[in-house]
Order: sequence, then C-alpha cells, then structure tokens
Amino acid sequence: MSLLEVRNLTVEFATSAGQFRAVEGVDVTLDKGEVLAIVGESGSGKSVSMLAVMGLLPWTATITADRMAFEGRDLREITPAERRKIIGKDIAMIFQEPMSSLNPCFTVGFQIKEALRQHLGLDRKARHNRAIELFEQVGIPAPEKRLNVFPHQMSGGMNQRVMIAMAIACNPKVLIADEPTTALDVTIQAQILDLLLELREKNGMALALITHDMGVVAETAERVAVHYAGQKVEEQPVAGLFGRPYHPYTAALLAALPERATSRILPTIPGVVPGQFDRPAGCLFAPRCAHASAICQTRPPLPRGADEGHARCHTPLLPDGKTVAAPIEEVSQ
Amino acid sequence: MLRYLLSRLLTFVPTFFGVTLISFAFIRVLPGDPIIVMAGERGLSEERYQELVRQYGFDKSVFQQYVDYLGGVLQGDLGASFVTKKPVWDEFFSLFPATLELSICAMIFAVALGIPAGVIAAVNRGKLPDRLFMSSALVGYSMPIFWWALLLIILFSGMLGWTPVSGRMSLMYFFEPVTGFMLIDSLLSGQEGAFRSAVSHLILPTIVLGTIPLAVIARQTRSAMLEVLGEDYIRTARAKGLSPARVNGVHALRNALIPVVTVIGLMVGTLLAGAILTETIFSWPGIGKWMVDSIFRRDYPVVQGGLLLIASMVMIVNLTVDVLYGLINPKIRRR
Ligand SMILES: Nc1ncnc2c1ncn2[C@@H]1O[C@H](COP(=O)(O)OP(=O)(O)OP(=O)(O)O)[C@@H](O)[C@H]1O
Ligand SMILES: [Mg+2]
Repeated sequence: MSLLEVRNLTVEFATSAGQFRAVEGVDVTLDKGEVLAIVGESGSGKSVSMLAVMGLLPWTATITADRMAFEGRDLREITPAERRKIIGKDIAMIFQEPMSSLNPCFTVGFQIKEALRQHLGLDRKARHNRAIELFEQVGIPAPEKRLNVFPHQMSGGMNQRVMIAMAIACNPKVLIADEPTTALDVTIQAQILDLLLELREKNGMALALITHDMGVVAETAERVAVHYAGQKVEEQPVAGLFGRPYHPYTAALLAALPERATSRILPTIPGVVPGQFDRPAGCLFAPRCAHASAICQTRPPLPRGADEGHARCHTPLLPDGKTVAAPIEEVSQ
Repeated sequence: MLRYLLSRLLTFVPTFFGVTLISFAFIRVLPGDPIIVMAGERGLSEERYQELVRQYGFDKSVFQQYVDYLGGVLQGDLGASFVTKKPVWDEFFSLFPATLELSICAMIFAVALGIPAGVIAAVNRGKLPDRLFMSSALVGYSMPIFWWALLLIILFSGMLGWTPVSGRMSLMYFFEPVTGFMLIDSLLSGQEGAFRSAVSHLILPTIVLGTIPLAVIARQTRSAMLEVLGEDYIRTARAKGLSPARVNGVHALRNALIPVVTVIGLMVGTLLAGAILTETIFSWPGIGKWMVDSIFRRDYPVVQGGLLLIASMVMIVNLTVDVLYGLINPKIRRR
C-alpha cells in the first residue's frame, strides 16, 4: 500500500471568464522514504495539484479525483477534524512564497510553536527547546534570539528556513516541498536538501519535491514526474528519464538544460503553454511538438504503460530521438 | 516613538487655532443677539442693553473680540457661561463624564457585536449569515437616529415598559458623584437597585448611539477579513491543521483588526456628533445636550469653549488610536 495515492486528480477554478482547468487527470503515488521530483514549466499545475492534496485550495476550486488516499484512507471521506489531524502532522508542505507565507502579526517563534502544540502536545519548555533545535537544523543563526522576531524583520531566505522548520516540526511522513530552496543561496540550498534527505533516512519520510532545477532532480530524486499544462505527461525513475525520455516535451525540457546544450545557443521550446481559451482539442503539447501528427491534433492521448514512462503521447520517442508513426488501430478509431 | 508623539502633537497646533476660529465665527453668524435672548420675554431698557454690550465687549471690533478670546484661551480661560455665570471649563467637566459613559458603552456595544458579526459574515461569505448581517448593517447605517430612538422608546418603554424614557438615574436614588460615571457611582453608593436603575437608563441610549458604529465596524471587519482570508499566511495556518476557529479568530482577525482599529478611532468624532442627538432625545445630561441648549441660548462662551474642548478630545483620541495602531501592527512598532 502506498503512503500517498492520488488517482485522476482534476482541479478547476471558477474564474470571471468561466471554469479554468489547472490540473487534469494527474496521478501521484508516493511510498515510504521515496523522493519524487515534480518538474514542469511555470503554470503547469504543480503547486495546485499538491495544494489539492493538502486541502488548501481556495473556495473557487473544484476538486475531483477517483482516489485521494493517505495510508489507505481517502482524505475526502474522513471528517474535517480528522483531516486536520493529518495535515500539518503526517503531511506537511513547504510553500513556494516564503515572504508572504508567515503571519506578519506574530513572531516566528509563536508560529512554529503553534504547530508543535497542535499536534505533539508538548509542554512550554519542550516546545521552546524543539523550536530552537529545528531552527538550528535549518541553519538559522542565533536561534534562541530569532524566536522573538517578526517575519518582516528577517530576509526572504530566513523566512524560507522558518517555513521549512515549521513543515518538518512534527516529523511528517510525507513532505511536499514546493521549490523549497528558491530564496536560498547555493550553500544553504545544499544544506537544506541534505537535511531533507537525512530526515528521509532517519524517519522514512517521503518527499515530493517541486523544482525547476534539473541538477537538484538528478541528485536527490528517485522518480520524476513531468507536468505540462495541468497534465502529468511522463513519469520515470530518474536515470531512465534523463537517459531515455519518451515524451517529446520531456526531451525538449532536457535539451534546454545548459549543461546539455551542444551549441552555444540554448535550444528553447517554441510556442507557449496553452491558456484557458486556446486549449487544443487533442494533445496539449501538439502545437509545440516537432513530431505531432494528424491524430495528435484531434485526439487527446492517454497515458501509456510504465515501460513507456506513462507518457501521454501518441508517438513516444525512440532511443534515437525519432518517433514511430502512431499505431494504425489508434488512427482508425 | 517619543519623536513621533511630539511631531503628532505639533500638528495639533494649526487644528487647534482653526477650531477656535471656526467656533468663534460659527456662533456669531447665527442670527440672534445673545443679550436679547438672555433678557427673555421681559426685554430690557436701552441703557441696560448698552451697558451689557460694553460689559461683554460686543462694542469692540470682531477682530479685537477674537484676539481677546484667544488670549483667554491660551491662558486656560474659556470664559463663563452667559446664563449660569459658571466657568465653561467647570461646566464641561461636570457634564463630560455623562457623555463619556454613554459613548464608552455605545462603543463597547458596537465593538462587541460588530467584530464577531463581521467575522461570521466574512467566513460565511455569500451565505445566509453574511446576507443577514450585511443587510441589517445597511439598514442600521442609513436609519435616522431620532426615528430609531423613537421606535425603541415606543417598543421598550411604551409597550413593554422595560426601560425608562429619559435621564440617567431614577429620582428614587440620590448620591454625590464620585467618578461621574453613574454605573460606578451607583455601585459605590451601596443603595440597593441604584445600579440596576443606572443600567436600565443606559440601555436605549447605548443602542441608539451605538447602532451606526456597529454597522460601520461590522462592514469594515467583514471586508478586512475577506482580504486577509485570501493571504498566503492563512493558508500556512490551515496547513498546520489548526481549527477554523483558530485560523479565523487568531490568525486572520489579528491582521484584520489593524484597519478596523483605525476606523474605530475615526468614529469617535461621529460618536460625539451622534451623542448630541441621542442626549437630546433621551434628556441625557451630557455635553451634547449642553451644547444644543447653549446654541439655542446664544451662549457664546459655552459654544466656543465646548466645541474647542470636544475637538481637543477627538484629537487626543485619534492620537491614542494611532499609538494603539502601532502596538497591534508589528511592522510599525519596530520602526
Ligand atoms: N486560486 C486560483 N484561481 C485561479 N487560477 C489559479 C489559482 N491558483 C492557480 N491558478 C492557476 O492554475 C495554474 C497552475 O498554477 P500552479 O501554481 O500550480 O503552477 P506551478 O506549476 O506551480 O507554476 P510555478 O512553477 O510558477 O510555481 C496557473 O495557470 C495558475 O494561474
Ligand atoms: Mg508553483
């Protein structure tokens, strides 16, 4: 049984211009102690899909899924009070926006101790000590003094570290880290990632890491999910993904990495991510895909098998980067 | 902080002079001669009239009169009432506690009901409680005070007989004022039933005076809450698994209070204006009624001095609110 299992997750927002589908048919599976990286262009629904799991989307969002289970219990079938016992304790999240994610009216000490009191029932002294310990772990200098400081009195990087400390405060079983190191410089970045991996070793914590940094993916992740325009277009173990991408989007994403560039000009993916009003009828990537055929324009592809990276593609890539024509029976349907 | 206080006090200076000028001019542009009004129906002889004109300095130029008045004010002398001959200063401070008591009660009433109503409305936005509270607030805000007062009097005093119609205390009780606050003095007097009487006299004026602030606070709280509820840090609070009561009542409300406190501060002026009408309706012996009476009597020193003191009160309260604002908003406190 997987720790976290999400099947066919779809999220729609009610906007003034009608329903906007930010996430479409996404599956997430996370086992104990596993590190899953989620990559994809900005706006591809990485944050929204994880916020849906946390139950933190605003009221304008409509969430549908076939299954959304933590430790075998569907999160939508338990009472809100039961769900609150899981959220923040067993499943925690580090948010993307460190500066605005802390309450400006309370000291950071208050905010981290609040999480400890809510779930662990520690007494005052124990909470205080644990808070200091957590601040030390995330590399906040002079932790005891920092506890009495308000968020606006610290830099973005410090706020980010406080957020991380808060998220790991109750030793979560699943940690969703949404670009946890964006506001940090490289040395601290490495230190934080080491800390998260250490927690995985020690507590068997599973980590869902949303990131833009392919270097981080290569170093830390075991599996990688690639998102495009709200869909998961490919998922593979990390070595396989870097070695043999099946989806043309994944291949294009990898080709755009500076260290993989063969000429001095970085190859970019032509075109833009489809928006609310220009969603293609077929494959969402077809308008930008070098290999798109007639069927790609008209029929949305379904995810393929695990042996082909679950790629949502009619014409997955061959090892040489070319594609086979779409199978006949699919075309004739 | 001290420098901030001093600079704020400095801005009082032009306001202060402005108020003296306006109150001085206001009472003089009203038609009617204070000496004739004072004489009443009996009238008075031409010589006596001229004598009084000289005595009160009305024979001097208006400019000179203003300079004389200002000179007195700067030495702390606001003059004496034409009618009672008592110093304006003394009259003001013997009546002010009554107004203060009523205003404080009205404010407590408005805050105690307005903030929870605003929070509940915001949390249930678009649903029944929201619609109910916000339409009531609109009615409360736009209702004429005197009509609302009469309605309450007819219902609670007339039909139900629960509350008295006027004054601060039943005539059955008498005790010397100690603090000037009837609620406290009645308790201190130890007379049985006195406190109950004080409370029952306060209820209707409190509701009448507190209704508009209540409506304003409820609406302001709602909109501040709605804004705050969309913030990232509210999401963080929910991500900790905190209960909705704690998320809304602690994390959101604490931030929403910042603009609400400002509005409460600005409402003190409105409250005093409302007090004038409320006190007149309920024969409440406070400065509101005192001001209205003295305007009708063309009691120049009382109108001038009273307005000046009221304005000073409003300025002091606004300053206090600013300081309070700094206390509840950490972003300002540490700068
Ligand atoms: N509350 C909301 N209301 C309406 N649309 C939203 C809302 N939140 C997110 N979206 C939209 O959903 C889409 C996916 O957003 P999301 O934040 O998940 O992207 P992302 O993959 O995390 O991108 P990034 O890498 O920039 O963080 C975006 O187009 C965004 O505009
Ligand atoms: Mg994001």
